[in-house]
Amino acid sequence: MTAQDTHGSASAEVAARVERRWATIAVIIIVVMAGLAAFAGIHRATMPQPRVEITDPSRLHLSGEFVESNLGSVLEANGNVTVHAIGQQYSFTPACIVVPVDTPITLRATSADVVHGILIQSTNVNTMLVPGYISEQLMRFSKTGDYLMPCQEFCSFGHEGMWGKVKVIDKTDFANRAKGGGRLSCVGQ
Amino acid sequence: MLVNRKLILAHFWLAFVVFGIALTLGAWQMFIRSPIGTWLSNPELYYRSLTAHGTVMGYVFPTLVAMGFGYAISESALQQRLVGVRWAWAGFWLIVIGSVMAVIPIALGRASVLYTFYPPLIGNVFYYLGVVLVVVGSWIWVALMSINLRVWRKANPGAPVPLAMFANVAGSYLWAWTAVGAALELLLQIIPAAAGLKATIDAGLARVFFSWTLHAIVYFWLMPTYIAYYTIVPRAIGGRVYSDSMARISFILFLVVAMPIGMHHTFADPQVGAGFKFIHSAFTALVALPTLLTVFTICASVEIAARLRGGRGMFGWIKALPWDNPMMLALAFSFVMLGFGGAGGLINMSYQLDASIHNTQWITGHFHLIFGGAIVIMYFAIAYDLWPHLTGRELIDLRLIRTQLWLWFIGMIVTTFPWHWVGILGMPRRMAYFDFGDPAIAPQALSVTFSAIGGFILLASGIMFIVILARGMRALQVDAGPYRFALAVHEPKTVPVALNTHALWVALMIALTLTNYGYPILNLALSSGTSVPAVYVGAQ
Ligand SMILES: [Cu+2]
Repeated sequence: MTAQDTHGSASAEVAARVERRWATIAVIIIVVMAGLAAFAGIHRATMPQPRVEITDPSRLHLSGEFVESNLGSVLEANGNVTVHAIGQQYSFTPACIVVPVDTPITLRATSADVVHGILIQSTNVNTMLVPGYISEQLMRFSKTGDYLMPCQEFCSFGHEGMWGKVKVIDKTDFANRAKGGGRLSCVGQ
Repeated sequence: MLVNRKLILAHFWLAFVVFGIALTLGAWQMFIRSPIGTWLSNPELYYRSLTAHGTVMGYVFPTLVAMGFGYAISESALQQRLVGVRWAWAGFWLIVIGSVMAVIPIALGRASVLYTFYPPLIGNVFYYLGVVLVVVGSWIWVALMSINLRVWRKANPGAPVPLAMFANVAGSYLWAWTAVGAALELLLQIIPAAAGLKATIDAGLARVFFSWTLHAIVYFWLMPTYIAYYTIVPRAIGGRVYSDSMARISFILFLVVAMPIGMHHTFADPQVGAGFKFIHSAFTALVALPTLLTVFTICASVEIAARLRGGRGMFGWIKALPWDNPMMLALAFSFVMLGFGGAGGLINMSYQLDASIHNTQWITGHFHLIFGGAIVIMYFAIAYDLWPHLTGRELIDLRLIRTQLWLWFIGMIVTTFPWHWVGILGMPRRMAYFDFGDPAIAPQALSVTFSAIGGFILLASGIMFIVILARGMRALQVDAGPYRFALAVHEPKTVPVALNTHALWVALMIALTLTNYGYPILNLALSSGTSVPAVYVGAQ
């Protein structure tokens, strides 16, 4: 073996060692990231909706939970709030959702025609509305006020005009308005 | 040895001409949706333009670059005349015909479905058929790359496949397989509906099929860039590839783990369950691995060049790099943009963080930074590097080239950083205009204005790029010599079979795709009652 060869294999060894070290660091970074995602999921900080539910968009107005009279917010017996909404070209129904502050809210929504999306600005509420399927999203607002709720998915030429609103109001205010039963929206306010 | 220079030049020129057109549309779109250009309030024109921009930038431009570069690699790395030249031209013409066929209905406003299709929204059938022809044309290239490597192997039994060709063929296999998702969506679902053979479509299933294509396609766009990192940059700046086997491992990892991750595009979709969303999220994290390995190997390769030029010290060597060399500049810009874009990608990959930016302008910022930035700037570098070998004429405008690269980098930062910011504020993407008079939206006006300015900087840079290449066609004749790729510090005399062949990794790629997609797709395909009426674009 010549001196050249010895030198070559020594440098190859150094290179291999440095490479291994870097590869190990890279793998650790990735394992930590995936671990954090799993941890957050297990603790239900945020979790994708667990079940796939279907609904026929051509019959939404005839029966089931998305009939016109069932859209809007309702105060449940346990104090939680459920909101039903639909998206269609190019608006949401209801166009303005009213909910109480500091209350667990379940949003159940679907689309009557093409794919839409619901995004509530300044929050992490963000879900797709795919016709044929029901989207469920848990939410909770810590501050009262008005939030913009644009459609975030391209739904053809009127997409840019599809902006809804969320009005977060005081808890007792909401309870008073919910007294008569029925579904609430901002309409008439 | 570049024999079929006309074929390669045809691919590059067509790529850059359609790129120029799409770039102009992009700048125009940013102008009219910004507060400085509100004179046009016809959203229909905006979405036509957006469809054309996306279709060209997503399908036609990168495919043509990968194909042209692939033919160049095949001839110069294998030192063998291209086998199947006639087929290669047939593939090229299929792409030309397909592009024209797709563009006409777009221009007529009959296919404003953007490049990701959005079923049950259905456009004119010729738009989709055009896209299919583009893909079929590119599949001919895939087959040719495989055949050429096979011919070379027969002539050189057991020899290590040159790194550039090994990576090139890996990229072509990745493309062939990832295109299958969109192909299934088009052939089984969209085209029957567009042709009027079916009136309903399962929108959820279509989105899952498309996600199969939509993420790994990014790694297909990335392949020429990574090949340039490993096999062009070290040679161009007088260095060597730090590790040939690390490079091979990175390309293999892309092949294997780039595929089964697309469902992270459906994190907010109701038709995919939580379990598969988590699995795809974890695989998406894994795909950061080849990039981290690449960043390390390329930085080390560049350091070798600096030390050979007398660079010293822990960081002092950075000064010794040939910063006036366009290739060095392009690499540095590409890495900076890859760094920011990659960090954004890690945020998108996590279900939890994705919720705050899903479908906002953040996403547009992210992929423009990765594709338009990190990837396309290396396409420029590849063209500059190859041009003298293709034309037999020298590229003399070195200063102009440097200015062009600087402008592209600055333009990309000015465009995408404000997009990330308004995305965090919740600005939705794909909107023709905003009502900046609304007090809730008004604060975003300044950011959107900056983006529009960035768009024009990019346009200026793109025009310069095309001018430089066009001038290069008429410059002084030179003998550029044979086209060479970078050598490794330790050139491999033998390579383990696993790092010299693709079969095992292609099998793994297919198997992982089937396990990660098979159940959700079957489940959706077999469940009844999920098909919804098709909604035809432009129908009243
Ligand atoms: Cu919408």
